[in-house]
Amino acid sequence: MTGLLWIAASLVLLLILALWNRRSPRTYRDLPALARLKRELGYSVEAGTRLHIGLGHANLISSGAGSSLASLAMLRQLSERTSVGDLPPVASSGEASLALLSQDTLKSGYDAAGAPELFEPTTGRLVGLSPLGYAAGLMPLFQVEPVSTLILSGRFGAEAGLIVDSAERAHATVLGASDDLAAQSVLFASSHEPLIGEELFAASAYLGGSPSHTASLTVQDVMRWFVILVLLGGAAARLMGVI
Amino acid sequence: MLIAVLAGSLVLLGYFLPALQPVQNMLLRWCIILVGVASFLGVFGLISVHADRIRRREKGTPYSFLLFISLAAVFFFTLVLGPNHPVAHAVFNAVILPTEGTLMALLAVTLIYAAIRLLRRRADLMSIVFLCTVVLVLIGSATLPFGELPLIGTVLQPWLTQVLALGGARGILIGVALGTLTTGLRVLMTIDRPYGGS
Repeated sequence: MTGLLWIAASLVLLLILALWNRRSPRTYRDLPALARLKRELGYSVEAGTRLHIGLGHANLISSGAGSSLASLAMLRQLSERTSVGDLPPVASSGEASLALLSQDTLKSGYDAAGAPELFEPTTGRLVGLSPLGYAAGLMPLFQVEPVSTLILSGRFGAEAGLIVDSAERAHATVLGASDDLAAQSVLFASSHEPLIGEELFAASAYLGGSPSHTASLTVQDVMRWFVILVLLGGAAARLMGVI
Repeated sequence: MLIAVLAGSLVLLGYFLPALQPVQNMLLRWCIILVGVASFLGVFGLISVHADRIRRREKGTPYSFLLFISLAAVFFFTLVLGPNHPVAHAVFNAVILPTEGTLMALLAVTLIYAAIRLLRRRADLMSIVFLCTVVLVLIGSATLPFGELPLIGTVLQPWLTQVLALGGARGILIGVALGTLTTGLRVLMTIDRPYGGS
Protein backbone atom coordinates (compact mmCIF):
# COMPACT_ATOMS: atom_id res chain seq x y z
CA MET A 1 0.00 0.00 0.00
CA THR A 2 3.05 2.28 0.43
CA GLY A 3 3.51 2.13 -3.35
CA LEU A 4 -0.05 3.27 -3.96
CA LEU A 5 0.42 6.19 -1.54
CA TRP A 6 3.65 7.13 -3.34
CA ILE A 7 1.86 7.13 -6.72
CA ALA A 8 -1.10 9.09 -5.32
CA ALA A 9 1.24 11.71 -3.82
CA SER A 10 3.08 12.03 -7.16
CA LEU A 11 -0.23 12.39 -9.00
CA VAL A 12 -1.51 15.15 -6.67
CA LEU A 13 1.83 16.96 -6.87
CA LEU A 14 1.83 16.69 -10.66
CA LEU A 15 -1.67 18.19 -10.89
CA ILE A 16 -0.84 21.09 -8.54
CA LEU A 17 2.48 21.88 -10.25
CA ALA A 18 0.96 21.65 -13.74
CA LEU A 19 -1.60 24.30 -12.76
CA TRP A 20 1.10 26.40 -11.06
CA ASN A 21 3.40 26.24 -14.11
CA ARG A 22 0.71 27.73 -16.34
CA ARG A 23 1.11 30.99 -14.42
CA SER A 24 4.87 31.07 -13.89
CA PRO A 25 7.11 29.49 -16.56
CA ARG A 26 10.15 27.64 -15.19
CA THR A 27 13.78 27.78 -16.21
CA TYR A 28 15.79 24.61 -16.73
CA ARG A 29 19.33 23.67 -15.80
CA ASP A 30 21.72 23.43 -18.71
CA LEU A 31 21.90 20.02 -20.42
CA PRO A 32 24.50 20.18 -23.24
CA ALA A 33 23.00 17.21 -25.11
CA LEU A 34 19.55 18.80 -25.35
CA ALA A 35 21.01 22.21 -26.24
CA ARG A 36 22.88 20.52 -29.09
CA LEU A 37 19.73 18.66 -30.11
CA LYS A 38 17.93 21.98 -30.56
CA ARG A 39 20.79 23.21 -32.77
CA GLU A 40 20.76 20.00 -34.79
CA LEU A 41 17.00 20.30 -35.34
CA GLY A 42 17.46 23.74 -36.92
CA TYR A 43 20.37 22.47 -39.02
CA SER A 44 18.37 19.45 -40.19
CA VAL A 45 15.48 21.61 -41.44
CA GLU A 46 17.75 24.22 -43.07
CA ALA A 47 20.14 21.76 -44.72
CA GLY A 48 17.38 19.38 -45.81
CA THR A 49 18.95 16.39 -44.09
CA ARG A 50 17.27 13.64 -42.16
CA LEU A 51 16.82 13.21 -38.44
CA HIS A 52 16.73 9.57 -37.35
CA ILE A 53 15.27 8.65 -33.97
CA GLY A 54 16.07 5.18 -32.65
CA LEU A 55 13.46 4.23 -30.06
CA GLY A 56 15.07 1.01 -28.85
CA HIS A 57 13.52 -2.40 -28.38
CA ALA A 58 11.49 -2.19 -25.16
CA ASN A 59 8.16 -3.96 -25.05
CA LEU A 60 5.34 -1.81 -23.66
CA ILE A 61 4.60 -4.40 -20.97
CA SER A 62 8.24 -4.63 -19.90
CA SER A 63 10.33 -2.60 -17.43
CA GLY A 64 11.60 -0.46 -20.30
CA ALA A 65 8.13 0.86 -21.15
CA GLY A 66 8.77 4.11 -19.25
CA SER A 67 11.77 5.04 -21.39
CA SER A 68 9.84 4.10 -24.56
CA LEU A 69 6.91 6.33 -23.60
CA ALA A 70 9.28 9.19 -22.71
CA SER A 71 11.00 8.75 -26.09
CA LEU A 72 7.63 8.83 -27.85
CA ALA A 73 6.84 12.12 -26.05
CA MET A 74 10.15 13.50 -27.36
CA LEU A 75 9.39 12.14 -30.84
CA ARG A 76 6.11 14.04 -30.78
CA GLN A 77 7.99 17.33 -30.22
CA LEU A 78 10.63 16.50 -32.82
CA SER A 79 8.12 15.54 -35.51
CA GLU A 80 6.18 18.77 -35.03
CA ARG A 81 9.37 20.84 -35.37
CA THR A 82 10.96 19.03 -38.32
CA SER A 83 7.97 17.85 -40.35
CA VAL A 84 8.23 20.81 -42.74
CA GLY A 85 11.82 19.89 -43.73
CA ASP A 86 12.74 18.39 -47.11
CA LEU A 87 13.35 14.97 -45.61
CA PRO A 88 10.89 13.88 -42.92
CA PRO A 89 12.23 12.46 -39.64
CA VAL A 90 12.34 8.68 -39.40
CA ALA A 91 11.69 6.71 -36.21
CA SER A 92 12.93 3.13 -35.99
CA SER A 93 12.00 0.53 -33.38
CA GLY A 94 13.06 -2.95 -32.40
CA GLU A 95 9.60 -3.84 -31.12
CA ALA A 96 6.42 -4.02 -33.16
CA SER A 97 3.95 -2.27 -30.82
CA LEU A 98 6.47 0.54 -30.34
CA ALA A 99 6.73 0.89 -34.14
CA LEU A 100 2.94 1.25 -34.42
CA LEU A 101 2.91 3.87 -31.66
CA SER A 102 5.77 5.75 -33.34
CA GLN A 103 3.65 5.99 -36.52
CA ASP A 104 0.75 7.41 -34.52
CA THR A 105 3.05 9.84 -32.70
CA LEU A 106 4.68 11.06 -35.92
CA LYS A 107 1.23 11.53 -37.46
CA SER A 108 0.03 13.63 -34.53
CA GLY A 109 3.18 15.77 -34.87
CA TYR A 110 2.41 16.41 -38.54
CA ASP A 111 -1.22 17.21 -37.66
CA ALA A 112 -0.07 19.73 -35.03
CA ALA A 113 2.34 21.31 -37.53
CA GLY A 114 -0.58 21.76 -39.96
CA ALA A 115 0.91 19.43 -42.57
CA PRO A 116 -0.96 16.12 -42.23
CA GLU A 117 -0.62 15.44 -45.98
CA LEU A 118 3.19 15.18 -45.64
CA PHE A 119 3.01 12.22 -43.25
CA GLU A 120 4.31 8.90 -44.61
CA PRO A 121 3.52 5.77 -42.56
CA THR A 122 6.87 4.22 -43.56
CA THR A 123 8.70 6.85 -41.48
CA GLY A 124 7.73 4.85 -38.35
CA ARG A 125 9.58 1.60 -38.96
CA LEU A 126 10.21 -1.77 -37.39
CA VAL A 127 13.79 -2.76 -38.28
CA GLY A 128 14.34 -5.87 -36.16
CA LEU A 129 12.70 -7.97 -33.48
CA SER A 130 15.64 -8.65 -31.15
CA PRO A 131 18.28 -6.27 -29.70
CA LEU A 132 20.99 -7.44 -32.11
CA GLY A 133 18.47 -7.78 -34.95
CA TYR A 134 17.53 -4.15 -34.36
CA ALA A 135 21.19 -3.09 -34.46
CA ALA A 136 21.81 -5.16 -37.59
CA GLY A 137 18.75 -3.62 -39.28
CA LEU A 138 19.79 -0.09 -38.39
CA MET A 139 23.51 -0.26 -39.23
CA PRO A 140 23.27 -0.31 -43.06
CA LEU A 141 20.56 2.37 -43.05
CA PHE A 142 23.05 5.21 -42.53
CA GLN A 143 24.88 4.29 -45.74
CA VAL A 144 21.63 4.41 -47.71
CA GLU A 145 19.81 7.44 -46.28
CA PRO A 146 21.31 10.92 -45.69
CA VAL A 147 21.05 11.07 -41.89
CA SER A 148 22.59 14.19 -40.30
CA THR A 149 21.61 13.44 -36.69
CA LEU A 150 20.90 10.16 -34.94
CA ILE A 151 19.05 10.31 -31.64
CA LEU A 152 19.06 7.08 -29.68
CA SER A 153 16.47 7.29 -26.94
CA GLY A 154 14.88 4.33 -25.17
CA ARG A 155 15.92 0.84 -24.08
CA PHE A 156 19.16 -0.34 -25.67
CA GLY A 157 21.89 -2.70 -24.58
CA ALA A 158 25.61 -2.66 -25.33
CA GLU A 159 24.71 -3.15 -29.02
CA ALA A 160 24.12 0.63 -29.11
CA GLY A 161 27.89 0.84 -29.69
CA LEU A 162 27.50 -0.84 -33.08
CA ILE A 163 24.71 1.55 -34.11
CA VAL A 164 26.71 4.62 -33.05
CA ASP A 165 29.80 3.40 -34.89
CA SER A 166 27.83 2.95 -38.14
CA ALA A 167 26.25 6.39 -37.79
CA GLU A 168 29.63 8.01 -37.21
CA ARG A 169 31.04 6.38 -40.33
CA ALA A 170 28.25 8.19 -42.19
CA HIS A 171 29.33 11.47 -40.47
CA ALA A 172 26.11 11.75 -38.46
CA THR A 173 26.01 13.50 -35.09
CA VAL A 174 24.90 11.06 -32.39
CA LEU A 175 22.97 11.93 -29.22
CA GLY A 176 22.30 9.01 -26.91
CA ALA A 177 20.03 8.30 -23.94
CA SER A 178 19.00 5.02 -22.40
CA ASP A 179 17.57 3.68 -19.15
CA ASP A 180 19.92 0.69 -19.35
CA LEU A 181 23.20 0.99 -17.42
CA ALA A 182 25.29 -0.93 -19.97
CA ALA A 183 23.97 1.22 -22.79
CA GLN A 184 24.61 4.40 -20.79
CA SER A 185 28.28 3.52 -20.35
CA VAL A 186 28.59 2.63 -24.04
CA LEU A 187 26.83 5.82 -25.14
CA PHE A 188 28.96 7.92 -22.77
CA ALA A 189 32.07 6.71 -24.58
CA SER A 190 30.79 6.61 -28.15
CA SER A 191 28.13 9.30 -28.71
CA HIS A 192 28.84 13.00 -29.25
CA GLU A 193 26.52 14.00 -26.38
CA PRO A 194 25.13 11.48 -23.87
CA LEU A 195 22.17 11.89 -21.54
CA ILE A 196 22.72 10.10 -18.25
CA GLY A 197 20.04 8.45 -16.11
CA GLU A 198 16.78 10.30 -15.73
CA GLU A 199 17.87 13.06 -18.16
CA LEU A 200 16.19 10.91 -20.82
CA PHE A 201 12.83 11.75 -19.24
CA ALA A 202 13.51 15.51 -19.39
CA ALA A 203 13.82 15.74 -23.19
CA SER A 204 10.15 16.41 -23.99
CA ALA A 205 10.00 19.29 -21.46
CA TYR A 206 13.24 20.83 -22.78
CA LEU A 207 12.00 20.65 -26.37
CA GLY A 208 8.99 22.79 -25.58
CA GLY A 209 6.50 20.45 -23.99
CA SER A 210 3.44 21.59 -22.06
CA PRO A 211 3.51 22.93 -18.45
CA SER A 212 2.61 19.38 -17.38
CA HIS A 213 5.90 18.10 -18.81
CA THR A 214 7.76 20.69 -16.76
CA ALA A 215 5.66 19.77 -13.71
CA SER A 216 6.64 16.12 -14.09
CA LEU A 217 10.32 17.16 -13.89
CA THR A 218 9.62 19.07 -10.67
CA VAL A 219 7.79 16.04 -9.24
CA GLN A 220 10.88 13.94 -10.01
CA ASP A 221 13.07 16.49 -8.22
CA VAL A 222 10.78 16.60 -5.14
CA MET A 223 10.59 12.80 -4.99
CA ARG A 224 14.35 12.52 -5.43
CA TRP A 225 14.96 14.81 -2.45
CA PHE A 226 12.47 12.76 -0.45
CA VAL A 227 14.37 9.55 -1.31
CA ILE A 228 17.69 11.22 -0.36
CA LEU A 229 16.29 12.31 3.01
CA VAL A 230 14.85 8.84 3.69
CA LEU A 231 18.18 7.19 2.80
CA LEU A 232 20.21 9.60 4.97
CA GLY A 233 17.67 9.41 7.82
CA GLY A 234 17.61 5.62 7.65
CA ALA A 235 21.41 5.39 7.67
CA ALA A 236 21.65 7.83 10.62
CA ALA A 237 18.96 5.94 12.56
CA ARG A 238 20.78 2.67 11.89
CA LEU A 239 24.08 4.15 13.10
CA MET A 240 22.43 5.39 16.30
CA GLY A 241 20.80 2.00 16.84
CA VAL A 242 17.23 3.32 16.59
CA ILE A 243 16.27 0.78 13.88
CA MET B 1 -8.62 7.68 -24.88
CA LEU B 2 -11.12 6.45 -22.30
CA ILE B 3 -10.17 2.83 -23.01
CA ALA B 4 -6.46 3.63 -22.59
CA VAL B 5 -6.97 5.44 -19.28
CA LEU B 6 -9.31 2.77 -17.92
CA ALA B 7 -7.06 -0.12 -18.95
CA GLY B 8 -3.93 1.59 -17.57
CA SER B 9 -5.60 2.46 -14.26
CA LEU B 10 -7.01 -1.06 -13.77
CA VAL B 11 -3.62 -2.68 -14.45
CA LEU B 12 -1.94 -0.27 -12.03
CA LEU B 13 -4.53 -0.77 -9.28
CA GLY B 14 -4.33 -4.54 -9.80
CA TYR B 15 -0.83 -4.47 -8.26
CA PHE B 16 -2.21 -3.02 -5.01
CA LEU B 17 -5.81 -4.30 -4.75
CA PRO B 18 -6.09 -8.13 -4.84
CA ALA B 19 -9.76 -7.89 -5.94
CA LEU B 20 -8.65 -6.35 -9.24
CA GLN B 21 -5.95 -8.93 -9.99
CA PRO B 22 -8.16 -11.13 -12.26
CA VAL B 23 -9.01 -8.04 -14.34
CA GLN B 24 -5.33 -7.09 -14.44
CA ASN B 25 -4.34 -10.58 -15.61
CA MET B 26 -7.04 -10.57 -18.28
CA LEU B 27 -5.90 -7.16 -19.61
CA LEU B 28 -2.25 -8.26 -19.65
CA ARG B 29 -3.21 -11.41 -21.61
CA TRP B 30 -5.05 -9.24 -24.14
CA CYS B 31 -1.99 -7.04 -24.32
CA ILE B 32 0.24 -10.02 -25.17
CA ILE B 33 -2.15 -10.99 -28.00
CA LEU B 34 -2.09 -7.42 -29.31
CA VAL B 35 1.74 -7.38 -29.23
CA GLY B 36 1.68 -10.57 -31.36
CA VAL B 37 -0.68 -8.94 -33.87
CA ALA B 38 1.52 -5.81 -33.84
CA SER B 39 4.54 -7.98 -34.75
CA PHE B 40 2.64 -9.31 -37.74
CA LEU B 41 1.73 -5.76 -38.83
CA GLY B 42 5.32 -4.62 -38.18
CA VAL B 43 6.61 -7.19 -40.67
CA PHE B 44 4.21 -5.80 -43.28
CA GLY B 45 5.60 -2.33 -42.52
CA LEU B 46 9.12 -3.68 -43.06
CA ILE B 47 8.04 -5.17 -46.41
CA SER B 48 6.46 -1.84 -47.38
CA VAL B 49 9.69 0.11 -46.61
CA HIS B 50 11.85 -2.25 -48.68
CA ALA B 51 9.32 -2.49 -51.55
CA ASP B 52 9.37 1.30 -51.65
CA ARG B 53 13.17 1.25 -51.78
CA ILE B 54 13.16 -1.21 -54.69
CA ARG B 55 10.52 0.80 -56.57
CA ARG B 56 12.58 4.00 -56.26
CA ARG B 57 15.79 2.09 -57.18
CA GLU B 58 17.55 3.52 -54.13
CA LYS B 59 21.02 2.56 -52.96
CA GLY B 60 21.03 -0.82 -51.25
CA THR B 61 18.29 -2.36 -53.42
CA PRO B 62 20.07 -5.77 -53.62
CA TYR B 63 19.91 -6.00 -49.82
CA SER B 64 16.16 -5.35 -49.95
CA PHE B 65 15.80 -8.22 -52.43
CA LEU B 66 17.88 -10.39 -50.12
CA LEU B 67 15.59 -9.48 -47.22
CA PHE B 68 12.49 -10.52 -49.22
CA ILE B 69 14.05 -13.85 -50.20
CA SER B 70 15.18 -14.59 -46.62
CA LEU B 71 11.83 -13.53 -45.16
CA ALA B 72 9.86 -15.69 -47.61
CA ALA B 73 12.15 -18.71 -47.15
CA VAL B 74 12.09 -18.62 -43.33
CA PHE B 75 8.32 -17.96 -43.26
CA PHE B 76 7.67 -20.84 -45.69
CA PHE B 77 9.89 -23.38 -43.92
CA THR B 78 8.66 -22.62 -40.40
CA LEU B 79 5.00 -22.46 -41.51
CA VAL B 80 5.01 -25.63 -43.63
CA LEU B 81 7.51 -27.75 -41.70
CA GLY B 82 6.85 -26.34 -38.22
CA PRO B 83 9.19 -24.46 -35.86
CA ASN B 84 10.70 -27.71 -34.49
CA HIS B 85 11.76 -29.12 -37.87
CA PRO B 86 15.56 -29.55 -38.41
CA VAL B 87 15.46 -27.00 -41.26
CA ALA B 88 14.01 -24.32 -38.96
CA HIS B 89 16.62 -25.24 -36.33
CA ALA B 90 19.35 -25.00 -38.98
CA VAL B 91 18.23 -21.48 -39.88
CA PHE B 92 18.61 -20.39 -36.27
CA ASN B 93 21.75 -22.38 -35.44
CA ALA B 94 23.64 -21.90 -38.70
CA VAL B 95 22.63 -18.38 -39.67
CA ILE B 96 21.11 -16.26 -36.88
CA LEU B 97 23.28 -17.41 -33.94
CA PRO B 98 26.66 -17.06 -35.76
CA THR B 99 25.61 -13.66 -37.10
CA GLU B 100 24.69 -12.43 -33.62
CA GLY B 101 27.94 -13.90 -32.27
CA THR B 102 29.87 -12.02 -34.93
CA LEU B 103 28.15 -8.78 -34.01
CA MET B 104 29.01 -9.30 -30.33
CA ALA B 105 32.66 -9.92 -31.26
CA LEU B 106 32.61 -6.80 -33.40
CA LEU B 107 31.16 -4.90 -30.45
CA ALA B 108 34.30 -5.51 -28.37
CA VAL B 109 36.45 -3.91 -31.08
CA THR B 110 33.99 -1.03 -31.52
CA LEU B 111 34.00 -0.28 -27.78
CA ILE B 112 37.81 -0.22 -27.60
CA TYR B 113 37.89 2.12 -30.59
CA ALA B 114 35.22 4.36 -28.99
CA ALA B 115 37.21 4.54 -25.73
CA ILE B 116 40.35 5.56 -27.65
CA ARG B 117 38.46 8.31 -29.48
CA LEU B 118 36.68 9.57 -26.35
CA LEU B 119 39.36 12.10 -25.40
CA ARG B 120 39.45 13.49 -28.93
CA ARG B 121 35.67 14.03 -28.80
CA ARG B 122 35.27 15.32 -25.23
CA ALA B 123 38.52 16.13 -23.49
CA ASP B 124 37.09 16.91 -20.05
CA LEU B 125 37.58 15.67 -16.48
CA MET B 126 34.71 13.17 -16.63
CA SER B 127 36.14 11.52 -19.75
CA ILE B 128 39.55 11.17 -18.07
CA VAL B 129 37.93 9.65 -14.94
CA PHE B 130 35.87 7.31 -17.16
CA LEU B 131 38.92 6.06 -19.06
CA CYS B 132 41.05 5.67 -15.91
CA THR B 133 38.26 3.65 -14.27
CA VAL B 134 37.94 1.40 -17.34
CA VAL B 135 41.69 0.74 -17.41
CA LEU B 136 41.91 0.09 -13.63
CA VAL B 137 38.94 -2.31 -13.63
CA LEU B 138 40.30 -4.16 -16.68
CA ILE B 139 43.77 -4.51 -15.14
CA GLY B 140 42.23 -5.58 -11.81
CA SER B 141 40.07 -8.30 -13.38
CA ALA B 142 42.56 -9.55 -16.01
CA THR B 143 44.30 -12.88 -15.45
CA LEU B 144 48.04 -12.31 -15.22
CA PRO B 145 50.80 -14.98 -15.35
CA PHE B 146 52.28 -13.85 -12.04
CA GLY B 147 48.95 -13.68 -10.14
CA GLU B 148 46.91 -10.68 -9.03
CA LEU B 149 48.39 -7.21 -8.87
CA PRO B 150 48.77 -6.42 -5.14
CA LEU B 151 46.83 -3.16 -4.79
CA ILE B 152 44.76 -2.85 -7.99
CA GLY B 153 43.38 -6.41 -8.08
CA THR B 154 42.70 -6.84 -4.37
CA VAL B 155 41.63 -3.39 -3.14
CA LEU B 156 41.07 -0.82 -5.89
CA GLN B 157 39.13 -2.89 -8.43
CA PRO B 158 36.65 -4.37 -5.87
CA TRP B 159 36.20 -0.90 -4.29
CA LEU B 160 35.50 0.70 -7.68
CA THR B 161 33.03 -1.96 -8.82
CA GLN B 162 31.32 -2.83 -5.53
CA VAL B 163 31.20 0.58 -3.84
CA LEU B 164 31.45 3.47 -6.30
CA ALA B 165 29.93 1.83 -9.41
CA LEU B 166 27.21 0.01 -7.46
CA GLY B 167 26.21 3.15 -5.53
CA GLY B 168 26.18 5.20 -8.73
CA ALA B 169 24.15 2.54 -10.52
CA ARG B 170 21.55 2.51 -7.74
CA GLY B 171 21.31 6.30 -7.86
CA ILE B 172 20.77 6.21 -11.62
CA LEU B 173 18.19 3.43 -11.33
CA ILE B 174 16.24 5.37 -8.67
CA GLY B 175 16.24 8.38 -11.02
CA VAL B 176 15.06 6.20 -13.90
CA ALA B 177 12.30 4.71 -11.72
CA LEU B 178 11.08 8.21 -10.76
CA GLY B 179 11.16 9.24 -14.43
CA THR B 180 9.20 6.13 -15.37
CA LEU B 181 6.62 6.90 -12.67
CA THR B 182 5.99 10.48 -13.84
CA THR B 183 5.95 9.43 -17.51
CA GLY B 184 3.38 6.75 -16.71
CA LEU B 185 1.26 9.27 -14.81
CA ARG B 186 1.41 11.66 -17.79
CA VAL B 187 0.07 8.90 -20.05
CA LEU B 188 -2.67 8.00 -17.54
CA MET B 189 -3.65 11.68 -17.30
CA THR B 190 -3.72 11.83 -21.15
CA ILE B 191 -1.07 14.59 -21.21
CA ASP B 192 1.00 12.29 -23.46
CA ARG B 193 -1.07 10.36 -25.97
CA PRO B 194 1.18 8.10 -28.04
CA TYR B 195 -1.90 6.19 -29.22
CA GLY B 196 -3.04 8.72 -31.78
CA GLY B 197 -4.10 11.76 -29.79
CA SER B 198 -2.66 15.23 -30.27
